[in-house]
Amino acid sequence: MSTLAEVPLVKHKKEVIDRAVIRFAGDSGDGMQITGSQFTNTVALYGNDIATFPDYPAEIRAPAGTIPGVSGFQLHFSSNEVYTPGDAIDALIAMNPAALKVNVGDLRANGILIVNSDSFKETDLRKAQMTSNPLEDHSLDKYRLFAVELQRLTRASLQHLGIDAKTMDRCKNFFALGMCYWLYNRSTEPTIRWIEEKFSKKPLLMEANKLALKGGYSYCEATEAFQTSYEIPPAHLTPGLYRNVSGNQALALGFVTAAQKSGLSLFLGSYPITPASDILHELSQYKSFGVITFQAEDEIAAITSAIGASYSGALAITTTSGPGMALKTEALGLAVMTELPLVICNIQRGGPSTGLPTKTEQADLLQALFGRNSEAPIPVLAASSPGDCFWVALEASRIALKYMVPVIVLSDGYLANGAEPWRIPKTEDIPPIPVTFATDPHGFLPYKRDPQTLARPWALPGTPGLEHRIGGLEKQDGTGNVNYEPLNHENMVRIRAAKVAAISQDIPNVLPEGDLEGDLLVVSWGSTAGSITVAVKAERAKGRKIGHLHLRYLNPLPSNLGDVLKRYRKVLVPELNMGQLLWVLRAKYLVDAVGLNKIQGRPFKQAELEQKFDEMLGL
Amino acid sequence: MTTATLPPLTKKDFQTDQEVRWCPGCGDYAILSAVQSVFPELGIPRENFVVVSGIGCSSRFPYYMNTYGFHSIHGRAPAVATGIKIARPELEVWVATGDGDALAIGGNHTIHMLRRNVGIKVLLFNNRIYGLTKGQYSPTSEFHKVTKSTPFGSPDRPFNPVSLAIGAESTFVARSVDVFQAHLKDTLKHAAAHRGSAFVEILQNCNIFNDGAWFSLTEKDARSEHILQLEHGKPLVFGKNRDKGLRRRPDGDIEVVQLGNGITESDLVVHDAHHPRPSYAFLLSHMEHRPGFPTPIGVLRAWDDLPRYEDVMKDQIQEVIAKRGAGDLGKLLRAGDTWEVK
Repeated sequence: MSTLAEVPLVKHKKEVIDRAVIRFAGDSGDGMQITGSQFTNTVALYGNDIATFPDYPAEIRAPAGTIPGVSGFQLHFSSNEVYTPGDAIDALIAMNPAALKVNVGDLRANGILIVNSDSFKETDLRKAQMTSNPLEDHSLDKYRLFAVELQRLTRASLQHLGIDAKTMDRCKNFFALGMCYWLYNRSTEPTIRWIEEKFSKKPLLMEANKLALKGGYSYCEATEAFQTSYEIPPAHLTPGLYRNVSGNQALALGFVTAAQKSGLSLFLGSYPITPASDILHELSQYKSFGVITFQAEDEIAAITSAIGASYSGALAITTTSGPGMALKTEALGLAVMTELPLVICNIQRGGPSTGLPTKTEQADLLQALFGRNSEAPIPVLAASSPGDCFWVALEASRIALKYMVPVIVLSDGYLANGAEPWRIPKTEDIPPIPVTFATDPHGFLPYKRDPQTLARPWALPGTPGLEHRIGGLEKQDGTGNVNYEPLNHENMVRIRAAKVAAISQDIPNVLPEGDLEGDLLVVSWGSTAGSITVAVKAERAKGRKIGHLHLRYLNPLPSNLGDVLKRYRKVLVPELNMGQLLWVLRAKYLVDAVGLNKIQGRPFKQAELEQKFDEMLGL
Repeated sequence: MTTATLPPLTKKDFQTDQEVRWCPGCGDYAILSAVQSVFPELGIPRENFVVVSGIGCSSRFPYYMNTYGFHSIHGRAPAVATGIKIARPELEVWVATGDGDALAIGGNHTIHMLRRNVGIKVLLFNNRIYGLTKGQYSPTSEFHKVTKSTPFGSPDRPFNPVSLAIGAESTFVARSVDVFQAHLKDTLKHAAAHRGSAFVEILQNCNIFNDGAWFSLTEKDARSEHILQLEHGKPLVFGKNRDKGLRRRPDGDIEVVQLGNGITESDLVVHDAHHPRPSYAFLLSHMEHRPGFPTPIGVLRAWDDLPRYEDVMKDQIQEVIAKRGAGDLGKLLRAGDTWEVK
């Protein structure tokens, strides 16, 4: 009988690489989002730069094992700076045939493919509409296939706990995660800490998940399942303290910061909608900051309650997605008319109508710019990355409060749920947002404007002597009294427009990345920033003369934009829509820009962009 | 040192310099006058009043009240007012609305504001017609009513506003009539004294598009036969000679009885506005639809033991701060797993 010490240790090779893209895919009940976020957290803590792309179905639980039920989580982690979750994937973990079928096309040749071989029985194959077993028919020969009996091995690790088979099977995602930690030389410690916290009240489940995780790790260590493991050293990021944030988290943090920096209380009026609800969830936790979250009866009450709170002196915001934005339209006009500060976040998703609730798109730009009756200009800002959402929330709040205007913030499903390492700012480095309330009845008029900003005074109920009436009817400038005179109306329309237009003097000029003049300028906005940055870098490395201009301010546009557009022979505007910024740029600057348009509910791939750049350059 | 006492407020303090633009003879004038008379008597500084409205004739109301005022958009006054009241619970927030504004386009906001028990007073001017858009039927117009948009009669069954408010479990529900000035003022004072949501339906005459909608209730000779004036703790008696009353039936329903022949006031239902459950008030609110039954006016329900929404919200914040301390922004930004890059 041999003792443990006598068992010869399996010899594994370790290879140092600089980046990897990994995707976890399974049934929506398989816990893929948790598995992916845990892996993300661990590699981020280790110091890799990361970008993630959770991709899950709109149905809570589509029938198990079917194609519509597949949920995926992709992570790109690297020793270098990361801008996108990556195009082709290096490693795919597929928990069932459906997950394999949906995702294997993105796996690069010779990529690592880990499948749960216990879920490839005939019934499983039928649910995925497969006629032959891919584990046997050589269709996966171009990948490094690792067929692992995840179910059997997980049960073997847990059998002594005396829990039922169903519960044991639910731990198999942690077994797979343990394997991935081994494969990429990462510690299981951060996830063990998380499991201990998450299941602190359910000790048996805690133990089961921990054992499954460790089981997966030990399985790789003790067997020859994998010959090689990979090490991706930490990235050289700007020094500082980092954490992971998703776009929705960052927006929430940004608004709490704006409230603290302006000395106002934060009021969120919101109605749950995918993919914006997480902002409501986040902010509802921050009661110790005096944050008021009001889950309204509908989208209209969400924004009108925020307008009421703004009128009463709060930093008021409302958060939604496209269909909700459509419902808020009339109230947006009221905020324009009453000239009250308000920030409206539209976390865009595929449309029209209910569309693709969990998929990303940037097709609400023209809605943000023009989607109201009559002349109702509203400043519009768009975030470019999950971490940038924090800064956009702050900037939108600053503009709203300084100019007494509603401001629209555009994010999207991709930024909302995607995560990246975020360098945490020091609170003292964030400038205060000055706010003054009118208090002096002498000469007070509700629409008497600040000559510089054209903002009207913010006169709060409860202030003696400033009693006044506002509303949606056209009013006389200065007094705010209802007024239907033709020339007054034209004057007011022009003032409201001038006020928004003048904000262009208060925002930075734009400077393209890459070549400052040349053959091609790529203009982008919103969440496509990452993939376009990568593609432009790659093309410039090949010697092409390309500049990249990413717009954060969509209304008003930066003052020098027209000049910049003229410095290039050609202008390309890639967008996840039918060409909305393109339309604006062509109309406003008479520039013969062309679009690259993708409307698939998915972000751009680097290869698609590079191909278009080359085509534009006549290559 | 002397303590300066501010001169007491008067009706005039609540009048604005704006020309009132309702049609001559409109019932809204009477309501405006009653509100302007009651506000100075409430002991609340003028600057703490906010009057919020939606769209419609009634919603012009804030322009004529020298308080803070917000003329919002159609149907949304309860939501705007809720935002104001949650953000600043110390403000005295009143909503002026109409049957179309509160029950058609804004029905959702009305019921949700009431079920939450936000401390807002709602005055619903019910003239059973759309006046501002010149004469279409409203959610309170009678079945078969002929209007501009229903030349062959309305196919809709009407809402009873007080039934709806009680159904939403509003903690205060009352009804008055534009021309009963004393009763109206008294009802408004009751509403003002209520801490939670207070819903007051005011039967109002539109003399242009629906003249005489409430004629049977306001006409001097007939009204005592048709109106039951509610008073807490008093038996339910009505009739010109106060010779009719309402009695409980063994099945829990109520019936109209003629007093005399052995039936006395002690056999009648004694009005209990403070009952915690809304079923009795609902029964009262609904009886006018039955032949021979009177229309109740006055306070149907005034049960004020439910915490106000804005207080619940505020308390929650205070409790969290007491437990965890006031929020520290630096800590919040650094929350969770962090790592240092050197």
